[in-house]
Amino acid sequence: MTISGWLTIFLFVGVLTALAIPMGSYLAAVYSGERTFLDPIMRVPERFAYRIMRVDPTREQNWKQYAKSLIIFSLVGWLLIYFILRTQGLWSFTGLNPMGFHSMPANVTFNTASSFLTNTNWQYYGGETTMSYFSQMAGLAVQNYASAAVGIVVAVALIRGIAGRTGSSLGNFYQDVVRTILWILLPLSFVISLVLVSQGSIQNFSHYLNFHGIQQIAQTIAMGPVASQEAIKLLGTNGGGFFNVNSAHPFENPTGFTNFFEMLVVLLIPAALVFAYGKMVGARRQGYAIYTTMMVMFLGAVIVCYIAEAHGSPAQHAAGLHTAVTAGSTGGNLEGKEQRFGIAGSAIFNVVTTVTSCGAVNSALESFTGIGGAVPFANLSASEVIFGGVGTGLYSILLYVLLAVFIGGLMVGRTPEYLGKKIGAREIKLVSLGILITPLSALFCTALATASSAGRASIDTAVAGGGPQAFSETFYAYLSQANNNGSAFAGYTGFIQPNAGNLGSHGISFADFLGGGAMLFARYAPILFALAVAGSLAGKRVSPAGLGTMRTDNGTFVVLLIGVIVLVGALTFFPAMLLGPIVQGLTGHLY
Amino acid sequence: MRKDIITSAIGMLVLTLVCGLAYPLLVTGISQVAFHGNANGQQVFVDGKLVGSKIIGQAFTDAKGNPLPQYFQSRPSGTDPADNDAGTEFANYGPNSVITEKAIAANIKQYIALNGKYYPGGLNAGKVPVDAADTSASGVDPDISVLNADIQAYRIAAVRHLSLATVHGLISKYTSGRGLGFSGEPGVDVLELNLALNRLRTNP
Repeated sequence: MTISGWLTIFLFVGVLTALAIPMGSYLAAVYSGERTFLDPIMRVPERFAYRIMRVDPTREQNWKQYAKSLIIFSLVGWLLIYFILRTQGLWSFTGLNPMGFHSMPANVTFNTASSFLTNTNWQYYGGETTMSYFSQMAGLAVQNYASAAVGIVVAVALIRGIAGRTGSSLGNFYQDVVRTILWILLPLSFVISLVLVSQGSIQNFSHYLNFHGIQQIAQTIAMGPVASQEAIKLLGTNGGGFFNVNSAHPFENPTGFTNFFEMLVVLLIPAALVFAYGKMVGARRQGYAIYTTMMVMFLGAVIVCYIAEAHGSPAQHAAGLHTAVTAGSTGGNLEGKEQRFGIAGSAIFNVVTTVTSCGAVNSALESFTGIGGAVPFANLSASEVIFGGVGTGLYSILLYVLLAVFIGGLMVGRTPEYLGKKIGAREIKLVSLGILITPLSALFCTALATASSAGRASIDTAVAGGGPQAFSETFYAYLSQANNNGSAFAGYTGFIQPNAGNLGSHGISFADFLGGGAMLFARYAPILFALAVAGSLAGKRVSPAGLGTMRTDNGTFVVLLIGVIVLVGALTFFPAMLLGPIVQGLTGHLY
Repeated sequence: MRKDIITSAIGMLVLTLVCGLAYPLLVTGISQVAFHGNANGQQVFVDGKLVGSKIIGQAFTDAKGNPLPQYFQSRPSGTDPADNDAGTEFANYGPNSVITEKAIAANIKQYIALNGKYYPGGLNAGKVPVDAADTSASGVDPDISVLNADIQAYRIAAVRHLSLATVHGLISKYTSGRGLGFSGEPGVDVLELNLALNRLRTNP
């Protein structure tokens, strides 16, 4: 461990908080319809969008109407991206397929389309050997925008339900999506992509570079519109890499500075939404309490992961390597990590992208030490509530808040209420279902894939052997897909591709369909429950807080909330985690 | 229902035109003008011929994969062949795997065989820097650690008949520091270093 490593961690927390507070006020203004500095630019395209989409933005929707619009919008998006990916070869006339890539097989395409639609960005394919520039831009990036917007608007709808003083309205789905894209995602992505290019990311439509180096061997360097893709992939917590190795690739993440910058981009909206929440419900302290909860859990994860990775792995020690920091060398478990990021830059990045639903990685998760690798498992086990994805993090933790209020209410023997609204049996039923769907999907799929030979076909036996690592690969694959995260213990595969460009490639149907199904189910079912809770709360009368009202904005509640999150995650996942990463972390044994 | 389908379909098409085409085209246009070198991958030319990108690692080996002793060697790579940017992948070596131990041990052995006889006092496994034995993430890591470069400097100086001070001068010239002074780790760019060595030979 180094001073610069610790400094990075604490500066990151400081800078993030300093950016998230004003950003939170901005988000609150956007969704409350207040004036912002972008209004003079965006009002005209906004009105134009409503006119051609035939949307009446003044028509408010109740939760069922809101959910119906959301589901249909997503269904149309799924059909569009599936169509674009399956017809990849036909779009070569645009000039955006210089390498002449063909389509992926149907099973892998099903997985990929579901993956990008649900903000998961699980990738069985490698970008530079599979995807044309057209597919990356017009297919994948569009869903990066759409899925991020859908996540955010669900959170906004739930906030409106909690804050609502009259009626059952949650706002208008299409208006919220349009405003999210025009006021937030598009302008920010534009600025972020230019910053990345200025630091060394590439942005072109060229044919790959073929050349002979000074050592006289033939080589190829991949090209493409990387920076524009990278910006929205991080900002929308999508995480799908332009290249197979994601943010480890020097064109996606060129320097130590961009690594820090990219981590901030990932957490910016999830962190800001928490402050926006406090502002929109008219009780900023509620936002601070949730932010504190998230930050405590985040810091815990980062610190454990950094210490574990700096210690080095049993395989390194068995081979005779010394893993202490020495002058001019990072030390630690540098297996599967880049020199320019070092141990700290890799550990923090992967914690940032697994607490959120981003799932981008700048180092190989599969090569993390047992305990260092258990941290991403634990982050996912918390069901993406430690900041979480854009929007999804906030609406998921709000479900946990309601659960904590309910448990707290039982303890003190009073009718549970949150922000003056009574929490009844109906709400708690919906909350419980919303919380349980993701863990159930993850465990069900893991069990199925571990128990069947079709599932075990995806394991990378050449690397993982038959030990705990093989189980970790499988477990992580379905945990990641069910949580819509998208990071991977990358040995696990659902796509066999002997040649670049998809000639002669085939998918593993079991892994492709099971994973794709898990992503869709574990994305949309909780969204429906969150919207139902919003609708149920929206119409409730607010009773003034009395002496006996349990406070939800102080340290006691933060501790209770962390307890509930850890308890649900631990009870559900701890036994399975013991069999994979933890057993490796506790022994020095090699398998 | 029908109204929602029409609105969603039009919305998706508009989104594709705006976010899927107009946005990347605009960013490309501005990048190509304002950051031409970066946007095209910081290509390096020698005598008018492309020899690589400053920020993409290469394997400095012969066609059979044997390291060329006159060049600084990049980190081990998990791609096939090594440092293949057209098909990047993680090695995915697990932390408690016998396969990992064997791979690391083989890298250590090769590093010692290449550098041991030039290094004062010789090398053993405990003296090999982690970046020289562990596979990089991208497989095309352009950098090596300063310690790794300093150890290889003895070999380069001997093979190329240069003074150690000259080689060290080049190493510090092509070492980039931490981002903003704290983020990440210093690294030495292997391609730039090797190009500079070749220039020494041709322009004494």
